[in-house]
Amino acid sequence: MKPTDIRVPDYFHKVVDCQWACPAHTPVPEYIRLIAAGRYSDAYLVNWKSNVFPGILGRTCDRPCEPACRRGRVEQNNGEKPEPVAICRLKRVAADFKDDIRARLPKPATKQNGKRIACVGAGPASLTVARDLAPLGYHVVVFEADAKAGGFMRTQVPRFRLPEKVIDEEVGYILDLGVEFRGNTRIDSLRDLLAQGFDAVFVGSGAPRGRDLDIPGRREAAANIHIGLDWLASVYFEHVKSIGKRVIVLGGGNTAMDCCRSARRLGGEDVKVIVRSGFEEMKASPWEKEDAMHEGIPILNYLVPKTFAHRDGKLIGMTFEKVRAERDAKGRRQLVPTGEPDAFFECDDVLIAIGQENAFPWIERDLGIRFDEWGLPVVDATTLQSTHPTVFFGGDAAFGPKNIIWAVAHGHEAAVSIDKLLNGEDIRQRPEPSVSLISQKMGIHEWSYDNDVSADARYAVPWREKEKTLKSIIVEVELGFDPATAFKEAERCLNCDVQTVFTRDVCIECDACVDICPMDCITFTWNDEETELRQRLTAPARNLDQALYVSDTLKTGRVMVKDEDVCLHCGLCAERCPTGAWDMRKFLLEMTHAGPACHKPARREAA
Amino acid sequence: MTYIAKPKLHHPTLACNAIGFTRRDYEGKISTLCAGCGHDSISAAIIQACWELDIEPHRVAKLSGIGCSSKTPDYFLGQSHGFNTVHGRMPSVLTGANLANRELIYLGVSGDGDSASIGIGQFVHAIRRGVNMVYIVENNGVYGLTKGQFSATADLGSKSKKGVVNTDSPLDLVGLALQLGASFVARGFSGDKKQLVPLIKAAIKHRGPAVLDVISPCVAFNNHPGSTKSYDYVREHNEAANRLDFIDVRDEIVVDYAAGELIDITQHDGSVLRLRKLHANHDPHDRVAALAYVHERQAKGEVVTGLLYVDAEAEDLHRHLNTVPTPFHRLGAKELSPGAATLAKINAALR
Repeated sequence: MKPTDIRVPDYFHKVVDCQWACPAHTPVPEYIRLIAAGRYSDAYLVNWKSNVFPGILGRTCDRPCEPACRRGRVEQNNGEKPEPVAICRLKRVAADFKDDIRARLPKPATKQNGKRIACVGAGPASLTVARDLAPLGYHVVVFEADAKAGGFMRTQVPRFRLPEKVIDEEVGYILDLGVEFRGNTRIDSLRDLLAQGFDAVFVGSGAPRGRDLDIPGRREAAANIHIGLDWLASVYFEHVKSIGKRVIVLGGGNTAMDCCRSARRLGGEDVKVIVRSGFEEMKASPWEKEDAMHEGIPILNYLVPKTFAHRDGKLIGMTFEKVRAERDAKGRRQLVPTGEPDAFFECDDVLIAIGQENAFPWIERDLGIRFDEWGLPVVDATTLQSTHPTVFFGGDAAFGPKNIIWAVAHGHEAAVSIDKLLNGEDIRQRPEPSVSLISQKMGIHEWSYDNDVSADARYAVPWREKEKTLKSIIVEVELGFDPATAFKEAERCLNCDVQTVFTRDVCIECDACVDICPMDCITFTWNDEETELRQRLTAPARNLDQALYVSDTLKTGRVMVKDEDVCLHCGLCAERCPTGAWDMRKFLLEMTHAGPACHKPARREAA
Repeated sequence: MTYIAKPKLHHPTLACNAIGFTRRDYEGKISTLCAGCGHDSISAAIIQACWELDIEPHRVAKLSGIGCSSKTPDYFLGQSHGFNTVHGRMPSVLTGANLANRELIYLGVSGDGDSASIGIGQFVHAIRRGVNMVYIVENNGVYGLTKGQFSATADLGSKSKKGVVNTDSPLDLVGLALQLGASFVARGFSGDKKQLVPLIKAAIKHRGPAVLDVISPCVAFNNHPGSTKSYDYVREHNEAANRLDFIDVRDEIVVDYAAGELIDITQHDGSVLRLRKLHANHDPHDRVAALAYVHERQAKGEVVTGLLYVDAEAEDLHRHLNTVPTPFHRLGAKELSPGAATLAKINAALR
C-alpha cells in the first residue's frame, strides 16, 4: 500500500463517522465536547452554523449519524447491546440549556447587493437558503402558502414531538436576518414568478401529496378514510379535534408513526398500525416504532390491504390478505399469499400513510425545466441546479421525500451555487471545506480533551408519564436529558475527531503503541496489498468502509499499519510513545457556505 | 507513564482460548514505567504466551525483586499469585515457594541489577539446584530506577548517556547460565515478539531451570548512540541462531520447512520445540558447543539470540531431593508426623 496522505481532507473526515454521515457534515464531537464542558451556547452555535435548526433536529432528526457512530461498533461483543452515542438528543441539550444567543447570530446586511432571490415554500431547505444568502446582502423573498413559516416541520410533525415555540424560535432567527416572508401566498405559476425578475429561484416546496390507496370501498367509505399527511395538517390547524375509537393506520414510515400516536391522543383507544411487509422492513426509524409501541399501539405485519368494508355508507372495517416474504429465482424479495383466510379488523377510521409524492402542477412544462419519468425535476445532485440555469431545487422537492437534515444540506449547497452564479463563477467548481489539524497535547500525558473512555451504556431520554401525554396532542413526550445525564452521555463520545497522527521519522519501533492499544488497532509489519494486509494485522481489519492508515517504510523495512475501524481515540498510543511519533490532533472540518470563502481565490483576494 | 486505566473495551473479534479467557484477561494494572520501555513489550509477550498456552492464571506465581523489571509483574497476569521480594532475593523465595507447592508455574522476573549485581549469588545457586522455573532477566545494561548508572551487564567500551565509557568487564548471563547447568537457555529481544513469545512458551513448558536473557532497551537512559543495548544497536547486531516454533501437545505437527534445517525437540510433557536453524555450526543439544558458539559470536560483536541450549530430559530440584509427588503444602499432620515408632526406627538405623 502507498503511504496514507493525511492532507486529503476526506481521509480524517471519514474517521469522524458521525460527521461524514451527516448530510450537513456537522462537527458532532466538537459540540459534544462543548456540551460536556457545560458550554451549551457554544455547542448550539456550532450546530446552528452547520444545521440551522438544532432545537428542531434535536427532537426530530432522522439521525444518519447514529447508525454510523463508532461507539456502536466498539461496543460489539463488549456488553449487552451495542449502542451509538445519543447524538441527536445531545443536540437538543444544547438547545434546551443555551443562553440567549441572538447577539451572536449574523446581523441583517447593512448594504443590499441588489440581487433578488425567491424561495418557494418556507420549509427547512428554503429557510437555509435564506439564512445563508440574506446576511450577504441578497434580498431573499420566501413565499409560503400557510400563514407561518416552517413547512412540514410545523404542519405535519406533531406537537407532542416538537413544541411550536421551538419552531417559532429557530424559524424566527432566520426571518430576523432581513428575510422578506410572504405568508398566505401560494405560488400557482412559476412563469409568473420568473416574470417578477428574480435573479434566482429556489424551489423548496417539499413533497406535499400523500399517496392514496385505491381499493374497493375507498369511495363509499371516504368519510372515514383520511390521507395521513393531510390529516396531520388538519390536526395542526385544529380542523380535526377527534377521531373514532378504533383506528387503523396503514403504512410503516415515520408519518404512519406520527399518525397513530396523534390518533391515540384524539380519542383513538384501539389504534393499530398495519404494514404490508415485515416489521423489520418498515421505513420508520427504530426509535419511532418503539415510541409508538410504548404508547400501546401494536404493529401488525405481512398484511396487504384488500378492501374497505362499509355498511350504509359507513366504514366498518378492513380486510387484509395474509402474505409472507419469499425470494424468487432471481433472489428478489417478494410477498406471496400464505393461503390462509383473509384477516378482518373492525375500525371507525383509517389513516393512509403509505408514502408521499412530489407535485408540481404550478410549474409550467415549457419553461425549460425538465422532469423525469417519475415526475421529479432533473436536478444536479451537487449544485442543485435544474435544467433552467436560475432555478434551483432542494429538500423533498428535489429528490423526493427525505428528511430535514437533507433539506438543510441541500439549502447550503444551493446557496453556494446561487452566490457563485450571481458572481459570474462556474457553479460546478465547489469550494473546499475549511480544515484544521491541531495537536491536543498540553503536557506529559495531558490532553485538551478527556481521553479516559467512559464504559457507560447509552442513557435513555426520560419520558413524561403516559397518563399525561396521551391526554393531550401538545404535551411533549420526551423530557430531554438533564445536565447531569447529558454530561454522562456526552462522555460516551469517543472524540473521533481527535486523530492519531503518526510521524514516521521519529518512530523507534519499540512496539509500545502496539502493546497498549486496547483495540489492537496498530501493527508493524511488511508492506503488502491492502487485501493481504487486512488479513494479517494484530486484529483482522474486516470493515472495508474504514481505512488503513499506512506509514512510509520504517528503519527496519516494515511499515506501521493502523486500522481506523474501532480506534477509541483514547490517546494511549501517544502517551506510550517515547518519541512523540504518535500525536493526538484535533481535526476540525467545516463546510464552506455561501459568502466570500466559497468564491474563487482571485475573487476572495479582491474582496 | 499513563494516568488513565486502559479501557476495558476490546476488539470485537478478540478470541477466547480453550479455557474461555481473552488475551486481555491476562493483563494486569496499567504500567507506570517510562513510555517506550522494553519491559512493557516483555510483559505483553508474557501475556500473549500465557494466553496461547491456555494457562489458568491462578496456577502461576510471579516473583520478582527490586527494580524497573521487578515492578512489571504488576502489569501482567493480574489474577495470578505475586511476591515482590527484597532486592536480589527473588531466587531464594522462588525456590522456597517451589518446594512448598510444586504444582504452580514459577515465573521469576528480574533485571540486570537485581540478578547480576546484588542478587548474583542467589541467581547462580537457584540455577545450580535445578529449580523448575522460568527465570526472565529484563536486561537493559543500566540502573534505570537510579538514573542510568552502568549495570554489571553493560558492555566494555559502551557509552553512558552522558558520554562516559564503561571500563568494567561485563557479566554474561547466558554464559553463566550455561556454565551453571541451566537446562534451557535462550536470549531474546523485547523489540522482536515473534521470536520472544515462542521462547517464553517453550520456557514455561520446560521442566527445570529455564533462563531467558531478554535485551530490553531503557529508552530513558540507554537508547543513545554508543550504547550496546539500544533499539538500533540490537537490531543492527542481532544474530538469531534459530527460529523457534512451539508446538503444544495437542497441536498437530505440520512440517512446512525443508527437512534438514529443522530440529524437533520433544519435551517431557510431549510438547515439541521446532527449531529452524539459521546457523549451521550451532547445535542446541550440546552445552559446551553452545557456550563456545555464543562466545565466538559475541567476540565478533554480535548479539546472539534464539534458543541457545536445551536439555529436554533434564531433571529438577524435586527429583534431586526425591520428594513426594504431592505438594508439601497439601500434606497433613499424618503424613508429616509418621509417629514415635517410625522415629525410633530411624534413630536405630543411625546408631
